[in-house]
Amino acid sequence: MAMTALSKLTIGPILFHWPAEQKRDFYFRIADEVQVDRVYIGEVICGKRVPYFEQHYEEVARRLSAADIDVVYSTLSEVMIRNDRQIVAKLCADESINIEANDASALKYLAGKKHAAGPFLNVYNEWTMSHLARNGTTHITLPPELPGQAMDTLGAKSKDLGVTLEAQVYGRIPLALSARCYHARAHDRVKDNCQLVCEEDPDGLDLSTLAGEPFLTVNGIQTLSHTCLNLVHEMNGMQAKGISAFRLSPQSHNMIETAQLFRRVLNKEIDAAEASARLAENGLDAPFSNGFYHQEDGCRWVENQ
Amino acid sequence: MDPSHKSRLQNLPRILFAPLPLPLLEPILSKVVCTISRNRPELTNRLGVHKYKSFVIDPTNIPFALLLQPNPDEPSLRAYRRNQLPPHDARIAGTLLTLLDMVDGKLDGDALFFTRDLIVEGDTEAVVCLRNALDDIEGSIANDIADIFKTPGRAALAAVRRIKGEQHGSYEHDPA
Amino acid sequence: MEAMSMIRPELVCPAGTPASLRTAVDAGADAVYCGFQNATNARNFSGLNFTTAEMRGGVDYAHDKGAKLLLAINTFPPGGKTDLWKSAIDDGVCFGVDALIVADIGVAEYVSQNHPDQRLHLSVQAGASSAEAIQYYCESFNIKRVVLPRILTVKEIKAIHDEIPCEIEAFIFGNIGMMAEGRCSLTNYITGVSTNMDGVCSPASHVKYEEDKARNLMTKLGDFTVDCFSCGENAGYPTVCKGRYLVDHREEPYYAFEEPVSLNLTSLLPDLMQAGVTALKIEGRQRSRAYVRSVVSAFRKAVDGYMAGENPELSGLLALTEGHRETAGAFGGKKWR
Repeated sequence: MAMTALSKLTIGPILFHWPAEQKRDFYFRIADEVQVDRVYIGEVICGKRVPYFEQHYEEVARRLSAADIDVVYSTLSEVMIRNDRQIVAKLCADESINIEANDASALKYLAGKKHAAGPFLNVYNEWTMSHLARNGTTHITLPPELPGQAMDTLGAKSKDLGVTLEAQVYGRIPLALSARCYHARAHDRVKDNCQLVCEEDPDGLDLSTLAGEPFLTVNGIQTLSHTCLNLVHEMNGMQAKGISAFRLSPQSHNMIETAQLFRRVLNKEIDAAEASARLAENGLDAPFSNGFYHQEDGCRWVENQ
Repeated sequence: MDPSHKSRLQNLPRILFAPLPLPLLEPILSKVVCTISRNRPELTNRLGVHKYKSFVIDPTNIPFALLLQPNPDEPSLRAYRRNQLPPHDARIAGTLLTLLDMVDGKLDGDALFFTRDLIVEGDTEAVVCLRNALDDIEGSIANDIADIFKTPGRAALAAVRRIKGEQHGSYEHDPA
Repeated sequence: MEAMSMIRPELVCPAGTPASLRTAVDAGADAVYCGFQNATNARNFSGLNFTTAEMRGGVDYAHDKGAKLLLAINTFPPGGKTDLWKSAIDDGVCFGVDALIVADIGVAEYVSQNHPDQRLHLSVQAGASSAEAIQYYCESFNIKRVVLPRILTVKEIKAIHDEIPCEIEAFIFGNIGMMAEGRCSLTNYITGVSTNMDGVCSPASHVKYEEDKARNLMTKLGDFTVDCFSCGENAGYPTVCKGRYLVDHREEPYYAFEEPVSLNLTSLLPDLMQAGVTALKIEGRQRSRAYVRSVVSAFRKAVDGYMAGENPELSGLLALTEGHRETAGAFGGKKWR
């Protein structure tokens, strides 16, 4: 089935603690140089990072909207301490913005209002989708580990419920969250005196096994894959299953070229194989993986049939 | 319990079993495995596909190891010298009393693994499955085995338990 | 110590097999929790759990002895595969279990729509770690009790208690998974078997132990080395979150997430009870009858002792801990994070 123009390309929230200028420049270049349909801004991983970029939200949102790009604010994904609860409450109280909920605490505030459900909210099946749709959810981004096979049912059901579906197709894969900060621990500190050391690792802190194999990446309370997700070959199949938006999770280098490549694939200007080869040249220094989609080990790369 | 006393106890089985010609054990062992397999069908149900696996039960302080094949159609339990063991799917090793306690539901397998008293090699899933299946057996397998040999069997088991009682001391307060 | 004002907490104990269930009930458990032999619960391990017939027998045994049976249906059905969870729920309700422990919003939705009178507990796997998140589940699905994630300090538990309409069950002993429950796909990333969808963490089928002549023990999960224990060192579970790793800026390998250690909150029992915890949970469905007998009888003594105004001392449990070490975890204070 041809990739219709309906397919949207989105930029997920920046999961890492980049300096404010780097984030702002990134969003300005996205607005100016890439044909993107939606951009998620907002801090998803650690409340301690919010004061470093909060003051730029409006300026960035205005610039993106001026380029006809939808702007959605993503909430924190691990909400427990008072400071984080207040951040979520304040964000959800703002009626003028679109919000993506990444924790059940946000769902409490958003009940009855239109909102999106994020990949950290565990929407795995049609039962969950119908409950959320009744609660005001209009758009859902699926958890990274969900296999393509499960998308068939969700795709079909989403049409009846009037919900649109999105999935990540590029970038390190979010694998776990925790209450403990592993960036702080790696520097013999704890969350309360971390001194925002996660800023030193724009693509996460690389963790290797005792046998020296690159294995995982630490990003504060979050653990991500070492490998870089790449579903450029699978987008056609996902589209046929009812996935209408494809999310690129930002990494620190050549993200503009990466986004342009995915746009050209969606526009049928280049094929997946060519795009994948060029992605390898200017992307992360890490192998690609697509195992989750094929119900294999997430770290594997399954050759496209 | 002072260490010399403990090591003497651990070596007792080696002293007792050393001279034993293995073929002598064959009829006893096959009686044991057939009786258990017949009396405890729930054991093989829980094993599922792993009932076709072969397990080396390796009591490190006696001069031979046992090869268990729980397949209910032809259950077998044979003794081998360690250098003559046939190929097998998994190996579980520990002192005789440790293995007996575990089978008896008196000692926790994970705890023994944490303290390195238990060694597990090969098909880990088969070992975990065997341990869970054995653990689900109400009462004690050791009693089942002892009953096969009537009074002498029961007396031997009582003796081993008395020795064991001294060796394990207080940690495990067992109201049962 | 003012014992009279405290409500007598329910001791909630693990049952990995029918024999463990009987052992737990006989050792004084007020309630046992267990699951079916499939992906509908988070301890879907080889040779463990209950067939439908065994579950019915378990409910009868518990009820005959005045104990409750809580059925864990605390995993997340993938799209198109909800039938297995549907039959587990329907069977559990039919057998008269005292509560279903659920994590997935969809599973909770199915129960409250089809079995509105069935008592629901929210599993720790739901990851509800704030008053607002718990209120959302209570209002949406009439949840009667929440099993709190192990990441809260006693003070934080007290604060949450005052803001939620349901009871609180807190873990007091057993293994601690380091990652937020219900939000970890590390096992699936390495082995292709998912904790959330298949109910398995570090499946034994993908675990390799290799011990050399010098008794150095290497544990591997899938293709990745998780840890190496030298001759005298105590070992831990072969899970990613308890493994030792390398980072460029450190010379030596280090426990990047946590060391092999178990939770033991005996010393904080009175504080937990005063913070409003009405159920104390012992973790360990994958452990043996010996573990269940020792831990349940020890905590039975401790709870009864505190209720009678005594201050029973509990030592012997160290031998059952992972890595032969114990911790008060987050409950003890914020330095844990």
